[in-house]
Amino acid sequence: MQSTDFGNPIHVESLVRQIHAKSTRPLTLMEVCGGQTHAILRYGIDQLLPPHLRIVHGPGCPVCVTPAETIDRAIEIASAPGVIFCTFGDMLRVPGSQSNSNANDLMHAKSQGADVRVIQSPLDALRIARAESQNTSPGSPNRQVVLFAIGFETTAPATAMAIYQAKELQLDSFSALVCHVLVPPALDAIFADVDHGIDGLLAAGHVCTIAGDHPYHRLADQFNLPIAITGFEPVDLLRGILNLVEQLEAKPTSYRVDNLYEHIASAEGNLQAQRTVETVFAVCDQHWRGMGSIPQSGLKLQPQFASFDASSRFPQRKLPGEQTSCCRAADVLRGKIRPIECPAFGTLCDPNHPLGAPMVSAEGACAAYFLYQALAPLNPIKLNPIKLTSSELTQSESPNPKDSLSP
Amino acid sequence: MSTGDWSCPVANHSSDTITMSHGAGGRLSAQLFDDVFARNYPSPELMAKGDSAVLDWTAHDRLAVCTDAFVVQPLVFPGGDIGKLSVYGTVNDLAVQGAEPVALTTAWILEEGFPIAELAKLAGSVGQAAAECSIRVVAGDTKVVERGRAHGCYIATTGIGRLRPSVNLSPQAIRSGDCVLISGPIGDHGMAIMSQRSGLLFDPPLLSDTAPLHRMTLELVDKVPGLRCMRDPTRGGIAASLNELATACGLCFEIQEASLPVRPQVHSACELLGLDPWIVANEGKLLAIVAPDEVELSLEILRSHSIGSLGAKIGTVHDLYKGLVIARTLYGTHRIVPMPAGELLPRIC
Repeated sequence: MQSTDFGNPIHVESLVRQIHAKSTRPLTLMEVCGGQTHAILRYGIDQLLPPHLRIVHGPGCPVCVTPAETIDRAIEIASAPGVIFCTFGDMLRVPGSQSNSNANDLMHAKSQGADVRVIQSPLDALRIARAESQNTSPGSPNRQVVLFAIGFETTAPATAMAIYQAKELQLDSFSALVCHVLVPPALDAIFADVDHGIDGLLAAGHVCTIAGDHPYHRLADQFNLPIAITGFEPVDLLRGILNLVEQLEAKPTSYRVDNLYEHIASAEGNLQAQRTVETVFAVCDQHWRGMGSIPQSGLKLQPQFASFDASSRFPQRKLPGEQTSCCRAADVLRGKIRPIECPAFGTLCDPNHPLGAPMVSAEGACAAYFLYQALAPLNPIKLNPIKLTSSELTQSESPNPKDSLSP
Repeated sequence: MSTGDWSCPVANHSSDTITMSHGAGGRLSAQLFDDVFARNYPSPELMAKGDSAVLDWTAHDRLAVCTDAFVVQPLVFPGGDIGKLSVYGTVNDLAVQGAEPVALTTAWILEEGFPIAELAKLAGSVGQAAAECSIRVVAGDTKVVERGRAHGCYIATTGIGRLRPSVNLSPQAIRSGDCVLISGPIGDHGMAIMSQRSGLLFDPPLLSDTAPLHRMTLELVDKVPGLRCMRDPTRGGIAASLNELATACGLCFEIQEASLPVRPQVHSACELLGLDPWIVANEGKLLAIVAPDEVELSLEILRSHSIGSLGAKIGTVHDLYKGLVIARTLYGTHRIVPMPAGELLPRIC
């Protein structure tokens, strides 16, 4: 399996050495990006760190924080006659609230006849709706196409563009069940808890490519927190961790935001994408699965786009079902515990039988731990990183001399 | 922040309906086999869980029998079509059992309205592929279902092969210290299909690896006495095949990711779609477990065939852990590679 410059073992080893040399005390660092969670566990980045450096995972997976009631609505709408329901693949297996006796996730709804289609982009749903509207064959009435619009700042522009274009095209058969969430307000909620126990934050660079880095400057100032904006390749992550360790070991009076994703993320972000989002969406309070209601952390349609709101277009018949408290996903999402510290992890709860949403998506922290380390707590493996041999090193690409890795 | 109202739904532990995951070759497929099929007709041959069943025919002759169904969409994909795939897939199930393919049957399930010209092209592919593999199509069946029922066409096959006299390949023959070989880059077939479905174009284009393995496997069988077991890592990718072997022999398979061949286009497509090449399907790759002192000979044989030219040793078998597959990363760290859960679900970002 080849490595890119951002996965190059020589760069990785050099960064790991620097982190070991500079890190002297226990620190807890949080990341809030499903892609970062996935990479840390897949590549065993945590195994390369000094034992006193602890990485915890915040609410970085949009699939995981989508409320059960919204999943219930999605199942209800998808199961309605004449609906084509378009969703990202990893929403298919997220359990609802159990109020749906026959199908408690979209995959089961699909198995019972709902036309659920996996899309890669919100614009795919728009394409399907356009094709349906042009279907003039007799006896096949135009079907409603519903987009399950979830995600962070990164996917909101594409959803906004799909809805904007649907309005321009007067595509009345298109609508969206909107559950977009915003990262900085959730971080506000986490750090407002005086017992948060987090020393530094790895911020998701791709969120900043859209939203800019100013929300993080405010967070750093308000909570006196070192923040490193970085990507999700091994070298990106280790540069971020090294940056936080350096900032924290220096013990300055105030910490700063360092953008280590400067090759992609600019300070102001993508202004055109921001304008599109603002045209279509307004900020609203939002319920997060596992975290409760967070002020100003979600997006709702602006009044002029309200007719594209699937939740008002399709009547709600079922009331939210009863829920049973049974796992510690809430503590995982707030970085209080790591997934392996949950009593249900790997025993009652696994990706086939998820008790909590973070076990469903591959980006969910619990699923990432299960996929990549599942048996470690049950059947301990000595995870001593093995010294790379020269033959292994020569199999990787040579480092790019232009790319200085020391921050 | 209010967390007092947080509660988490208990997921439904037993699925009472079939979902797409039951057909994905992972844990749910295995569970369905155990709970439904094996419980109702547990013949010893079925319970051996090989890619083909081995039947004693005469005192000196044994037959390998396999059956397979092909429902791929689209019917024609970069590097092949459902006709070719059905022949090669069947031949490969026989080949990895150490058998020489002899005969094949095909059942066509056709959708009302399917153009006969397209059917003829697919039948042409079957004929051509069968000739290439020196296997005769000896019987068949045709059924037609109503429009909207079969996505054009499905093909079900049965294959019969003749086992080499001395061959006895099974996971139980695997020993600690054995080595794991692969005949080439992983994930080509699955990513060629998924890339086409999602409109990703690559230059050079990403082609399915669909190909018959029997010439390569027969040479291994004939020349490598330390050949323990072979697998054709289709659905569920090498993660599923290696986990099946690890469970069956009770040993640990440790795979070096630095040695695992993956084409750059497959790597990129997987990154874009949020998938892992370990769990993506192959249709022309061989996993072979061989004794350590026969690795060089085996690799020489693999590499002498065009479909095995990028063959590599990717790992070893040991007994430090029972029934596990472990990946050693480029950085010397480890992770456990579990049996894939179900259908490939691309990640959101």
